[in-house]
Amino acid sequence: MDNTQSIPKHPKRLAKFKQSLSDFFFTLYKINQFILRFFREAFVPPFELKEVVRQCYEVGVRSFTLISVTGFIVGVIFTKQSRPSLSQFGAESWLPSLVSIAIMRALAPLVTALIASGKVGSSIGAELGSMRVTEQIDAMEVSGTKPFKYLVCTRVLATTLTIPILSTYTGFVALFGGYLNVTQNEGTTWTTFIQEVFEPLTFTDFVASLIKSIVFGFTIGIVGCYQGYNSNKGTEGVGKAANGAVITAMFLVFIEEVIIVQITGWFR
Amino acid sequence: MKKVAVQADHNNPVISIRGLKKAFQDYAVLRGIDLDLYQGENLVVLGRSGTGKSVLIKIISGLLKPDEGMVKVFDQDIAHITEDELQKLRIRIGFSFQNSALYDSMTVRKNLEFPLVRNKRNLTRGEINTAVETVLDAVGLSQTINQMPSELSGGQRKRIGIARTLILNPEIMLYDEPTAGLDPITCIEINDLINEVQQRYNTSSIIITHDLTCAKQTGDRIAMLLDGQFQRTGTFEEVFNTNDSRVKPFYDYNFIE
Ligand SMILES: Nc1ncnc2c1ncn2[C@@H]1O[C@H](COP(=O)(O)OP(=O)(O)OP(=O)(O)O)[C@@H](O)[C@H]1O
Ligand SMILES: [Mg+2]
Repeated sequence: MDNTQSIPKHPKRLAKFKQSLSDFFFTLYKINQFILRFFREAFVPPFELKEVVRQCYEVGVRSFTLISVTGFIVGVIFTKQSRPSLSQFGAESWLPSLVSIAIMRALAPLVTALIASGKVGSSIGAELGSMRVTEQIDAMEVSGTKPFKYLVCTRVLATTLTIPILSTYTGFVALFGGYLNVTQNEGTTWTTFIQEVFEPLTFTDFVASLIKSIVFGFTIGIVGCYQGYNSNKGTEGVGKAANGAVITAMFLVFIEEVIIVQITGWFR
Repeated sequence: MKKVAVQADHNNPVISIRGLKKAFQDYAVLRGIDLDLYQGENLVVLGRSGTGKSVLIKIISGLLKPDEGMVKVFDQDIAHITEDELQKLRIRIGFSFQNSALYDSMTVRKNLEFPLVRNKRNLTRGEINTAVETVLDAVGLSQTINQMPSELSGGQRKRIGIARTLILNPEIMLYDEPTAGLDPITCIEINDLINEVQQRYNTSSIIITHDLTCAKQTGDRIAMLLDGQFQRTGTFEEVFNTNDSRVKPFYDYNFIE
């Protein structure tokens, strides 16, 4: 049988694989350079404080409504769904502490980060992408101003600072949702609920949660900026940058979640 | 405004390019460019779309790196200087982009202030305002100061783009197709503005265009980019007094009887 025609396929596929592998590592290298550049430029004067504040405001405003609604719903639903399992053991009174551990340790940072990836990450990607495409970044560069500092450092700082705050806020909104559900069913008062909520939480929980949100915020900022700042010329580049920012950020958030949970497990 | 012929000082090039080559992937765009820009002159670079005119001035301003050859601006080789030196150099070069590249999230005022406050940190509010008003007046658009770029016409955007570079008092101006896409009367106004800038700010300029009226009105010297090299340089008449089939259609198309 003559199957010479199928032979060249494999080397080709291999070459393709090699190519995409080396592309992947090259991208990793470039992202690494991008992050290093952030640390090199973000903390040397002159600072763009005004712009950082403006970006913080943008991040907060963009995601505030969605986060409030989602946080509340997550709180209500989680409480409602956990009740049957607990009531099997007659342990409904544990509901507040269960809810608080779930929300403060895991749900609040994660939900906030995912929503911010969608709302904030994509708009950073699109914004910087369109500035790249319309040569606004080049225009900054040739006028002796530092676009990386003005555009990237400010946005990354803003997400890194704001997302932990939003995350805390989401946590409280979710707890409030949980409280409404608990008080309706078990008639628990607000004071008792709050007491039971804070009882199981340790200092490690707060620190771990905070570190997690900071890492998530940094990731969302860096990914959005990287995608936008390095987007291709042409209008489709803008869409790709926005889309890539969301997907990559969400993916990384999950991976980081797993890693951080592992590490904090060792400290408990 | 009437063009005043400039007696350029030919011993004193502000930009000097030798053997410049630049390729993208396999496509050689610039294939050995030699060019001098003399103090005070307007040099017009003509060439068809895609011949690498924009690439040339992007190399001069350090946005792209040359593959080969030497590019000296004020006697500094731009391929071999530090970031800081490049930044200092860039302040002396004004770059007017093909599509104006105004910052579309900022008002005209903020657009103009942006390079100024970041390069001269110790200016007072009053000095900044004066500088902004002066350049806006120079391009004749004082009334647009609080508008957003999206509210401006193409010609106005070009002017604001030029004003944004003038605010740093550049010694060299690089214009990338200043008249492309504008009506004939606005073109003439832009040409006048280029000549006015040359005299008022005493700049040496490279003007990229494929509009021969613009070339004729603003150029002290013309250089024609063909196949990645400057094939013909000289005055307008010198360049077009030829039967070269690559040059003649350019002229014929622009001046259809
Ligand atoms: N960053 C880049 N990456 C890859 N190719 C590029 C890049 N910049 C320019 N080119 C290619 O170089 C060639 C010259 O481009 P350039 O923009 O200089 O043309 P131009 O002479 O300015 O044309 P136009 O009159 O249309 O503006 C084009 O074929 C373009 O595809
Ligand atoms: Mg061009």
